[in-house]
Formats: sequence, structure tokens, C-alpha cells
Amino acid sequence: MAETVMEQEQQAEILNPDPVVIAFCCNWCSYTGADLAGTSRLQYPPQIRIIRVMCSGMVHPNLVIDALTKGADGVMICGCHLGDCHYIDGNYKTEKRADAIKLMLEDFGLEPERFRLEWVSASEGPKFAQVMTDMVAALKRLPPSSYKVG
Amino acid sequence: MASSNMKTDFIINGKEASVEGAATVLEACAKLSLKIPTLCAHKALLPYGACRLCLVEIGKPPYGKIQTACTYPLKPGLVVSTDTERIMKARKIVMELLLARCPDVKAIQDLAGELGVAGTRFHKKDSDCILCGMCIRVCRERMGVEALGFANRGSKREVRPPFDALSEFCQACGACEFICPTGKMKVLEVGRRAARPIPFEFNEGLISRPAVHIPYPQAVPNKAALDGRYCVRLLKDKCGICQVFCEAGAIDYEQKEERIELKAGAVILAPGFELFDAKLKGELGYGRYPNVITSLEFERILNASGPFSGKVLRPSDRRHPKKIAFIQCVGSRDCDNNYCSSVCCMYATKEAIIAMEHEKGLECAIFFIDLRAFGKGFDAYYERAKKAGVRYVRCRPSSIKEDPSSRDLEVRYEAEDGTVVSEGFDLVVLSSGLRPTREARDMAKTFGLSLNEHGFCRTGTFAPVETGRAGVYVCGPFTEPKDIPETVMQASAAAAKTLSLLSSARGSLIEPKGFPPEKDVSGRPPRIGVFVCHCGTNIAGVVNVPEVVEYVKGLPDVAYAENDLYTCSNDAQERIKQLVREHDLNRVVVASCTPRTHEPLFRNTIREAGVNPYLFEMANIRDQCSWVHMHEPEQATRKAKDLLRMAIAKARLLEPLQRRTMKVHPDALVIGGGVSGMTAALDMAKQGITVHLVEREGALGGGLRRTRYLLDGEDPKGELDRLVANVLGEKLIRVHLNSKIVAMEGSWGNFKTKVSGVGNGGAAEFGHGVVVVATGAREYQPQEYLYGKDERVTTQLELESLIADGKFRAKSVVMIQCVGSRNDEHPYCSRVCCTEAVKNALKIKATSPDSEVYVLYRDVRTYGFREQYYRQAREKGVVFLRYDDDKKPAVEVKEGGLQVSAFDPILKTTVSIDADLLVLSAGIVANPDSAEVGQMLKVPLNQDKFFLEAHMKLRPVDFASDGIFLCGLAHSPKDLTECLMQASGAAARASAVALKGSVELEANVSRVLDENCDGCAYCVDPCPYKAITLIEYMFNGAIKKTVEANESVCKGCGVCQATCPKKGIAIMGFRLEQISAMAEAALQAGGAPSGKPAEELVRQ
Repeated sequence: MAETVMEQEQQAEILNPDPVVIAFCCNWCSYTGADLAGTSRLQYPPQIRIIRVMCSGMVHPNLVIDALTKGADGVMICGCHLGDCHYIDGNYKTEKRADAIKLMLEDFGLEPERFRLEWVSASEGPKFAQVMTDMVAALKRLPPSSYKVG
Repeated sequence: MASSNMKTDFIINGKEASVEGAATVLEACAKLSLKIPTLCAHKALLPYGACRLCLVEIGKPPYGKIQTACTYPLKPGLVVSTDTERIMKARKIVMELLLARCPDVKAIQDLAGELGVAGTRFHKKDSDCILCGMCIRVCRERMGVEALGFANRGSKREVRPPFDALSEFCQACGACEFICPTGKMKVLEVGRRAARPIPFEFNEGLISRPAVHIPYPQAVPNKAALDGRYCVRLLKDKCGICQVFCEAGAIDYEQKEERIELKAGAVILAPGFELFDAKLKGELGYGRYPNVITSLEFERILNASGPFSGKVLRPSDRRHPKKIAFIQCVGSRDCDNNYCSSVCCMYATKEAIIAMEHEKGLECAIFFIDLRAFGKGFDAYYERAKKAGVRYVRCRPSSIKEDPSSRDLEVRYEAEDGTVVSEGFDLVVLSSGLRPTREARDMAKTFGLSLNEHGFCRTGTFAPVETGRAGVYVCGPFTEPKDIPETVMQASAAAAKTLSLLSSARGSLIEPKGFPPEKDVSGRPPRIGVFVCHCGTNIAGVVNVPEVVEYVKGLPDVAYAENDLYTCSNDAQERIKQLVREHDLNRVVVASCTPRTHEPLFRNTIREAGVNPYLFEMANIRDQCSWVHMHEPEQATRKAKDLLRMAIAKARLLEPLQRRTMKVHPDALVIGGGVSGMTAALDMAKQGITVHLVEREGALGGGLRRTRYLLDGEDPKGELDRLVANVLGEKLIRVHLNSKIVAMEGSWGNFKTKVSGVGNGGAAEFGHGVVVVATGAREYQPQEYLYGKDERVTTQLELESLIADGKFRAKSVVMIQCVGSRNDEHPYCSRVCCTEAVKNALKIKATSPDSEVYVLYRDVRTYGFREQYYRQAREKGVVFLRYDDDKKPAVEVKEGGLQVSAFDPILKTTVSIDADLLVLSAGIVANPDSAEVGQMLKVPLNQDKFFLEAHMKLRPVDFASDGIFLCGLAHSPKDLTECLMQASGAAARASAVALKGSVELEANVSRVLDENCDGCAYCVDPCPYKAITLIEYMFNGAIKKTVEANESVCKGCGVCQATCPKKGIAIMGFRLEQISAMAEAALQAGGAPSGKPAEELVRQ
């Protein structure tokens, strides 16, 4: 998986060498998974800015759209796998909102690659690093966000 | 030196000044923070005026007298100038003269540079002594020895011991060497006695330390102590220099050892371990070759606070090694130490991985006998090490030789192909075994405890913390070498036994902790204190911390910022509290590791300083920055700045929150009626807790019912029957047999559980405050090796029944290890199968000595004292044949007989054995019900479907969610004694909650903003806890609709906040404004301030 992404990265033209990515990570799974990536010293691109939220279901769609229209090159929501939510079923609601967000992207003239929803559990350090690597690689192939100031 | 406390008024550099307690001009200048260069002045010595550098002008310039400041007495009305052109010129000439005398001394060159002296115009000599007499003076004045003096006069003057011979009076204290400003003095050139540096114990003696020192960086209390074994003041009533230097006046030489008598109802002994003395293995050269070190020494070398600040250097020449060999089983698994130290395989693997992370291109080889990665998650770690390039060599090296010139080492060993190889290494690390300390053995004598043949404290299979003496419990490696999780489990188990014993006196000595009143921050602009942690080199090795601190100082509302070596250390907490008061800080941001582990600590700290604990925010610049961008220091520094900017942006918008208390239901639920569940239930009941024990089957006992005999000869059935009888006889335990949990609601402190009968079990519904999960595991049902197809193929458990029932007849038995373990499907080690195979093999040999037993294994993992049974088995003629994981044994039926063939990697040939009975060491697999139980309790499973604890090492019986605990095989494969330890440990942890009466709840819950809420009720249905209700009330003569959030049911998930279209409901501490302030801050390139004045952002 990692190799294929790297190969693609080499082949594709880099339009944005330094994309800024905001990742909303739920406290119980994905944020913990990010910590595990750290304790396992799994390296991933330094463009990720993690914002800890208690549940992925806490992330209002406006937060995502605001971040994107204020210049973020990409936004991610990361939560527990379906069925594993610390708050029973918060991530099911996240999933539905993510569908709505995807529809809104077009209205704002944003490419669909700029938003991703990912499930990363507390024990999936490698997955966290992989997901972040993939996201940054995909955003590098897009031009910088048209909303970027300056 | 003779200082008075009188105030002296004088004029310095044209200004009036007043100092207290200064006898000389130099002392007065020091008090005024005026830097005067000097090489011969020392606080603890009398003024001498030798170096002539401290020249000042006394009297009105330009007509004053030039004098040395160190010897000129301070008098009222004195006129002193320290920076006139004349003085500068005079100092420069003195400096040039000193430089001419000692042109090659670095200290002199550096000082010359500071004074702007580039070179000397005088004739150069090659001395390294400036005749300042510091050494002579310290020896005479402070040590009272006079082992040194000046000899000769004029240009031939020099420092020497009297009579040109090594002094017999020199006490080799090293003060002369220490005090010499040029580094010339060597204590060896003074006295006959050899200097004995004091070994720094915490750094395993790799470096030396002073007699007054702080034992280690995390010492509690973090204070220096005098070591009476070395302190010259305490031993000889001389020196006393430290007292002169301690500004706080904290040095008290009169302190005496105190004996304190404590009355205690129980004693827990946890004396730890020491390493096997590797010098006893002469062939390995430890103690003779400086580059042969022990694993603990290497552990210190790798440590950021270690002797080389975390750089991988070898002791002989402080050079970075290119190749390191680890040699396992030094002082373990041999004739004298017939046990396995259990932890060495993994710590060597860890040290190799960390060393390779530190040093690019480093090669590590581990020489081992069996790689015993038997703990939870260990095999995965072992596989990772192999992938990372750690070379594992299966053999015990015969000798190590040193090349005396390079100090490199030659390790001789037999390679897998049988040839003897000599391989060169720069550094050899000996994985020394664990043994009980001498103090522990003395302690055992004091308490009258019995020790086993290896000197460890004797405990029983069914009584893992009992010593045989009532009220005295034991835990840790003193009972058997063990890793951190088992140590923590056993420690908690000892606590459980103590809590049961002393339950009548519970709480009688508690003094409630008080906090100072909270600072009122309403309407006040934020004043943020920022603390950026180095975490040793964990953060500072990648992120430029000082640069980050400087950057942060420029961010809005930051009133104070600093960097700390370890922000979590005890002294740092004190410092934070002090700075909060000094700078009137009302919000604190710490940039260090993860809030998941450290937020509670810092919140408590600021609470102790009178700041509401919720006015705190963390930036995770270690786990999510320095550790994941190790090779991009610039990017990591940029990211650290960004993460801090985000945290500070949020901190500006934080508001004080109050925690509510909630009554805790005093009952407990234990899921699973096996030996773990029963033990946990009994230990809680003994503390007066009512326990609901839910078992799916019709009888208690679980997996242990299938065990017929134990390795050490103890009878499992008798013990199990007794345990079941105790549980059934305990009136506080309600046993629900044939029962299944069908519904569970509530959360810690207040669960409500519905149990329904399976078969003839009855339904029940009850409340409880805590849960212990003890759902056990299953034996793997083999699909391989003709199991289930040929009746001569059994599992170890089935063999055990055959033997116990007297039905065992086979003349040739083959056992295959790792069936259903350490493969793709089950990538973990089942931990107990090697010991089970040895147990059954020994039993066969005991009951039918003529039967042949062959054990086909990958690594024999008979850790701890199980090793002696492995040896016994070999002595009794059990044949152990190793197979490689890529060449698994094959089984076929040939002419009606079972034939097992395996490739022997030593003989390099395939061995065929005719077997009457093939026994498969089937592994342990997770209980298939775990997923369901996990979903009901909202607790996670790991990749192998066992329950995932809160922390692999430090919290092995807790779940991350409060009030839920785990024990036994539900956690991971382990043996009976380990299950019992963990069960008691879980009981101790659970009872601590259940007995609390009430608990504090999270304050990060929802709050309705009535002015925004229009009662649309979109949030009511999505709330998973049914915490929100729609209400109506009269407002300004009209009906106003709004929602109401029940804060004691709300868990703070924030689904309501994300659903609300009007910002009418928010999670405190995670309000939309706070989250979006973070996002906005993340998007500000280079940290341009947001522009909004802070006051506008302050709420409340």
C-alpha cells in the first residue's frame, strides 16, 4: 500500500508541496491511535494538525466547511470504527453528516479529495500513519486551496 | 570572606549603591550583578589576589588607584569604577600576560576572548598553571591537609607537594582537581592514594558524582542529599564548601539519622531485584573490558537523562558504536541460576530497537537460546524488531576477547551451520539476569519468610502474594522475575489482600486534600502561562524548543513562557504553581506529551495554585510531533509552533468549570465465574462489597475444571472446590448461573444490568457501580495435523485427562508446539503451552518411564521458575527438537501408524518419528463472546480479540473507561497464578471505586444557551443518553420553547452540539468557538495574531 502511494506520488505532478490538513480526531480511538503511531515512531507527513474532540459526532459540519473556506487544503474527521463508539453511536451520526459535507463541497467549489472521513481505532497506529500519508499525498496532487489567503 | 550583615553605601561607576553583607569590592560587585573577570576568587576561599584580573579603580577617575577588587575591603563612601578605559586596558594587559604563560589552556583562551584579547605580545611559555594557588588554598583552608604548596621563587615558582614527593597526607578528595581553573591539577600527582571517584549509582557508575547530589532526576522529594559515606565535612569535619554556596541555607550538617516507628496492620514487601553480577562470568570479560557493559548500563546510556545525555556512546572512548552484540541469559538458565529471568529477551529487543532509532546505520545482533517473547503483544514487537533489522543469532557465545589497542571486541560463537565464527563488535551488552537483592534476603530474615532455592520469596500457586506469615504480603520480582504488567498486577493483588485484612479500619487515617480558593477570572483578560517540555531528548532532540518558546512569547495573551527538561516532574509542578502566583496567570498551556495521560496531573497542579483546573490546555508535541517527524526537525519545530498556537487560541476561550459529584452504587458485577472471576468476587466481598457474579454455564469453575494436575504437584481440584465453596458460602456474593447479560445501561458508578437465564437460569435486574470482566478464553480447536480425523491426535488438555484417568498407554508420544499460536491467524504466543507440554511430558516420564516423548518446538518459553522443569524434562530423557516456522512438521498415516516428520535445523535433515500419540499444544484463543461483552460495556478489543487494557505496562487491570476492570484470560493468555494475581488486582482497583461512596464527574458536558435555542428539538432524538428534554416556559408574556440538558446523564459526546443549527447547545470545553479558534489558528501561517482584542473573546 505504502509503495503504491509513493510510486503514484513520484509519477504525479506535485502542485502543492505543503498542504495544510486539519484532522478532527476523537479522543477515544483516533487520537489514541495517533498517540500509538507516536509511541511506535511511525513517521508520517508533518502537515497534519490534529484537533482533539471527544467524539467524531461532536464535529459540526460548519467546522469542516469553515476550515476549508478559510484556507485549509484538507480536512479529516477520524473516529472509532462503527459499533465501537465510546458514546454508543456518535460515529453513525458522523457518517451521515460526512455524506452531507461531501454534497456541500461542490457548492463551495471544493474538490472532493479535500475532505475525508476515516475510522481509526486506538490500536491502529499504523493505519493512522497510513491514512495521514495518503491524505497528504492526495492533496499534494491538487493545487493549493483557492480559499488560501496570501 | 569575613562578611558582615551591615549595609554599606558606596558609589560605583558614578552611581550610589547599597549592599548588605559584602566585605570586599568583588563581593559587592557580585551582589550588584556586575561581572568582574577573575580566576582566583572563590566563595569558599579567602581573598588572595593572585590572578590580578579583577582590577578596579578606587577613587575618582581618572586619578584613582588601580586595585584588585577581591582583596580591597568595602568601606562606606568608597568610590569604585569597574569599566573605565584605564581598567579595561590594565585587565587586557594582565590577560595578555596570563595568555603568554598559558597559551594552550582553553579556559584562559575563552576568558581572553571575552575581554577582547586576541593574542599576546609577550614571549609565550608552555605552562598550564597560572599560580592562582586555588589548589593550595582549598587543601589548606578547607581540607586542613596542606598536601600542596608553592616551591621556589620568582620565575621558577610552581605548585608541588612538599619535598617533591607524593604526599602521604593527601586524602585524595579531589578538591584541588575540581577547583583548578585551568584543568592542570591532577589528584594523582599530589598524593600516594589513588583517587576514588564516587560512582553515580543511578547511572550504574558509568559517570561519577559529588558527595552532595540529587539521587536521580525524578527523585521524590527532588532535593539534594549529603552522602555520609563520602562527605568530607561529615567524615572529617573539614570542607563545608556546599554550605557556603547554598543560597537557601538548606545544608544542615547536624542532621542525624532518625528512627521512625510505624504502627501497621499489614506489611507489603516490594524490595525489587538486582542484576546478576556479570563479573562472575569471566569468559565474557565484564569488568575487564570497558566496552562490555550490562543491559542496565546500556539502558542508562540510551536514556536522555543518562550519562551521555541519550547519545549512544561506548564507555572506553565515547565513540558511537557501529555494531552492538547483545548476549542473553547471562546469569539465567545455567547451572547456578536454574531459572529464566523472563524479561531479558524483550528488554534486549527494546534496547536494540531504540539504539537503532538513535543511531542511523547501527547494527544490532542478539545472541539468544530461546527467544521468549511470551507477553501480550511481545511477539508482534519481536517481529517488528526483525523487520527493523535486528539480527537474532541462536547460540550462546563461548567467549569475548578484546583488542587492547582499539578496545573492540571479538565474539566467538558457533554459527547455525556448525562453524565457529569470530565476529567483531564495538560494544557488547550483557543481558544480565534478575536476582533478589541482598537487602531483600535480609528483609526476609527479619520477617521470618521462607525463600526458595534461588533466594526468591516463596509463594504458592494459589496464594501468589501471601508469604506464609499472616499480614505480610509480597509483590514484584522478589517472588519471581517478572515484567512490568505482572508486577503491577501483583502489586494490586497485594493491595487487595491488605484491603480485605484491614477493611474494618478503612479510611480511618485519611486526611481530605484541600485546595486553595479559586481565582475569579470572570471579566478578566486571559494571562496564559506556557510550559514547553523537552521530555529529555524525546521532544528537544527533534523540535527546537527554545525557538518555540521565543515564538510563543509573542502570541496574544501569553504572559509567561518557558521550557522545562521534564514538565511532568515534581519540581516542575512546584515551579508552575509558583509562576502562576508570581505572574498572576489565569490559564496554563503545557506542550509535552498526550493529554490522555498527563492532563489530570497538570490540572491538579494549577488547581493547587488556585486556578480552575479547566483553564488548562495541552499541545501534544511529542506523540504527535517529535516522535512522528523524527527526521524533519525544521518541519517538526514549525508544527510544534502551530500546535501551541492552536492550544493557546483555545486556552484564551476556556472558562472555569465545576465537577459535580455523583453517588456510587456500592455493588459490583463480575462477568465470568471462572477462577479469575471467583477470586475477584471473593476479594471484593471480603471488603464488604455485594457482588453479582454472572456465569453463563451451570457451574462455577471455568477452564480450570479441565486441569487435572499442576506442575508443582499442587492439586487444582481441591483448591478449585474450596474456592467454589467459599464463593457459594459468601453471603455477599449473588451467583447468577446459566445467565447471560442482555442489557446494560448507565456508566461507572451507576450501572443497571439485566440478566436473563440461559437454560434454567433465572432473570434478574440489578444496579452496580463497577464491573470486572473475567470472561476467560478458549482452547484453540486445531484444524491441522489430522486433529479430529485420527483419534490418536489430541490436545494437551485431552492428554492430561488421559493421564489423569489412567488411560494413557502410548509408548511413543510426539508433541507439537505453537499449534494455533504465532501464526498468521493468531500472531501471538499463548504463553502457557510450553510449560503445559513440559508438565505432561514429566508426568508421562513419571508414570510410564519407558515411553518416549518428543517435543517439537520453535522456542521453549518456560519463563521464570518454569525453566527448572524444562531442565528436569531433558534430564528425564524428553527429546526437544526445534523446527523453523517456515518448515512446519508434517503428519501422515503410514501403514496404519502415525508418522511425524520434521526438519531439524541443527542436523540439517528431516527426522521421522513414529508416534502412538500425537499431542498438539493448542493455543489460547479469545472468548467468542468478548466482542458482544465489549460492545455492551463500550470497551475495546485488541487485534487478537482479547480485551485491550488502559495501558499495556502500567494499567494492566483497568480499561480506559472508568469503573470497568479486567482480569484473567480475557486480557491475554496467562497461567493460573497470573490469573489469580490479576483477579485480585482487579478486585483492588474496582473496590477502590465501589467503596468511594461518591465520585466526581466530568465537567465537559452539555450546556444549553437559552438565548440561542428556539426549541426546534433537533438535538433531542440524537442524544444517545436521552439527556435532553424539550421544555416550555413563559417569557415576556409568551411561551418560550427551549431544551434542558440533564448534566448528570450527559457524557459530553457533543452530538447535540453538532446537530444544532443555531449554536443553542454546547459542550463545555469543546464549544464550537473553541474548536474553530483552534482550526483558525492552525491556518494562520507563521503565527499572525487573530487581531481580535482578547477582552472580546473572554466569556462570562
